Amino acid sequence: MDSDTSILSLRDVRYRWPGRASFALDIADFAIAPSETVLLLGESGSGKSTLLSLICGTITAQAGSVTVGGTDLASLSAGKRDRFRAEQIGLIFQQFNLLPYASVRDNILLPLRFAPQRRARVAAPQEEAHRLCTTLGLPEEAIAAQAGTLSVGQQQRVAAARALIGAPPLIIADEPTSALDAATQATFLELLFAQARANRSTLLMVSHDARLAAHFDRVVQMSDVTSPLQGAA
Amino acid sequence: MILRLAFRSLMARALTVGMTILAIALSVALFLGVEKVRTGAKASFADTISGTDLIIGARSGSVQLLLYSVFRIGNATNNLTWESYNDIAARPEVDWIVPISLGDSHRQFRVMGTTSAFFERYKYRAGRSLAVAQGLLMDDLFDAVIGADVAATLNYKVGDPIVVAHGLASFVAHDDQPFRVSGILEKTGTPVDRTVIVSLRAIEAIHVDWQSGAKIPGQSTPADVIRQMELEPKAVTAALVGVKSRLQVFGLQRAINDYPQEPLLAILPGVALQELWQIVGIAETALIAVSGMVVITALIGMMATIFSSLNERRREMAIFRAMGARPRVILSLLVLEATLMAAIGAIIGLALLYAGLVVAQPLVDAAFGLWLPIDPPSLRELWVLVGVVAAGAIVSMVPALRAYRMSLADGMMVRI
Ligand SMILES: Nc1ncnc2c1ncn2[C@@H]1O[C@H](COP(=O)(O)OP(=O)(O)OP(=O)(O)O)[C@@H](O)[C@H]1O
Ligand SMILES: [Mg+2]
Repeated sequence: MDSDTSILSLRDVRYRWPGRASFALDIADFAIAPSETVLLLGESGSGKSTLLSLICGTITAQAGSVTVGGTDLASLSAGKRDRFRAEQIGLIFQQFNLLPYASVRDNILLPLRFAPQRRARVAAPQEEAHRLCTTLGLPEEAIAAQAGTLSVGQQQRVAAARALIGAPPLIIADEPTSALDAATQATFLELLFAQARANRSTLLMVSHDARLAAHFDRVVQMSDVTSPLQGAA
Repeated sequence: MILRLAFRSLMARALTVGMTILAIALSVALFLGVEKVRTGAKASFADTISGTDLIIGARSGSVQLLLYSVFRIGNATNNLTWESYNDIAARPEVDWIVPISLGDSHRQFRVMGTTSAFFERYKYRAGRSLAVAQGLLMDDLFDAVIGADVAATLNYKVGDPIVVAHGLASFVAHDDQPFRVSGILEKTGTPVDRTVIVSLRAIEAIHVDWQSGAKIPGQSTPADVIRQMELEPKAVTAALVGVKSRLQVFGLQRAINDYPQEPLLAILPGVALQELWQIVGIAETALIAVSGMVVITALIGMMATIFSSLNERRREMAIFRAMGARPRVILSLLVLEATLMAAIGAIIGLALLYAGLVVAQPLVDAAFGLWLPIDPPSLRELWVLVGVVAAGAIVSMVPALRAYRMSLADGMMVRI
């Protein structure tokens, strides 16, 4: 797959955490086409979260290139990279996604605060936040509630709403369902998929749970994209 | 929105934040309180004498003369002879002159001999005159007019007898010459409140049967006989002088300081007061420094609180980073938070100060004769508040910079 037509592409990327010789991430080629939904499977410690950090630009590769939407992250200054992340990527973590003291509404609107273009795409942010909450199956009164008072499943939906608002081209989810029970997992994924599709966003989800595979266009094993461990050398 | 989030974040940690704010508020209240007492004391000192151009006494230090003649602090080492007094009184520049004779006491209060001109000429707080609250000024030789504090402390009423002791803290009482309270003065907030005022002749009358500080044995002149006596003083302790024209003040001062018959000293009350300020300046500076340190301690306490909260708030900062906030935003968030705490603390501190003033005003007045005015905050006080907030912001830079580096290292993945 060519990097011009892909929303995301990694070439010959090498990354090692500072002061940690035992672990090194080495990816020769990994790319995702626009609007594709990809599940990245890998066991614990295989570097999935590290890979996502590289894509988000909060850490920078020691070698190779990470290209998001045709922009090489290395070509951006640190400040521009933060702004770029806000504009291009919607993020959902495993847990503790939200500012517990802030209202659900403020949590959902937070990324727009740092992404003027994404903000411009939303005509009425308050209404859009409300709409997303309703579509994702949150109760009516939840929007004004303090995020910390919601159940874990509800919090994940708020995190999804936050990732979806302003329709960023790429949505990245790091084990968003691992804290949920099976039934909640399924509805959560359905709702997330429907919204991502409506926005024509690309979805990259990381998990160690292979049962989720059926929902996705493509399943990638971490071991297939990474080279064998060279860290000890 | 960021401001709202910062506020919500503070609210979520209400207890620790509340304690921190309380510490800042108390320190600010203390600092401003010390300022208030300091300026209040200064103002009250400055208000004690007004309208007097020169104070004359035996040659000593000008501060000493000011202290014993006006504030009844310390004692005169020497007197001004009655001849010199009359000589000066007769000078053409002198508009009025009031003699003051100190040295006797009644209980813990000093007795001052003077003339009725004192009640006319003595002015305090921008030209206010003494006024009688009850009774009358001295009429008879053994009449005494007492200050408001004397009356309040000793529970004296008009007509009560009063015994004057010779010397200060002396056990030998002039019990053979009973005085009577003829009037009680209104409260002035000056040392007059703590003074028993009798006529200059009365001071002589007390000493009729005395010679060089001791009672002449077996001699006791009846009061009526004393009333008929001449009773001209040989000396007075000091004199307050008003000149006819302000221009003559320095000329008269020089003339008195060069008085050939005896070594005298004439001072301008304002100038002597300035000298006094210079002396107490060091203590004042120390006081300000100590209360300033308390404020700094409170701010360092706030810094420590922010520091200790950093670890538990790493996740919060990672969320901000993941949402596209630059590390700078994390830094400014923490500084903003500290600034908010310092600002709220400063405002509460100001409120505490006024609450404290309302409570303490009568107590301080009763205990120290110091009336602290309750005025709207001065520009200086407002600057202090601004300073506290600014210092809070600066101090918070330390943990904020640490958070900045932490959030750079953590990115959006927090390992806890
Ligand atoms: N912030 C960090 N600092 C130092 N080392 C890190 C950091 N984050 C991850 N690592 C190391 O990188 C390696 C890969 O961790 P990573 O979190 O990417 O794995 P993962 O596949 O996401 O695992 P899991 O499924 O448990 O989330 C681990 O050895 C981990 O210790
Ligand atoms: Mg992980």
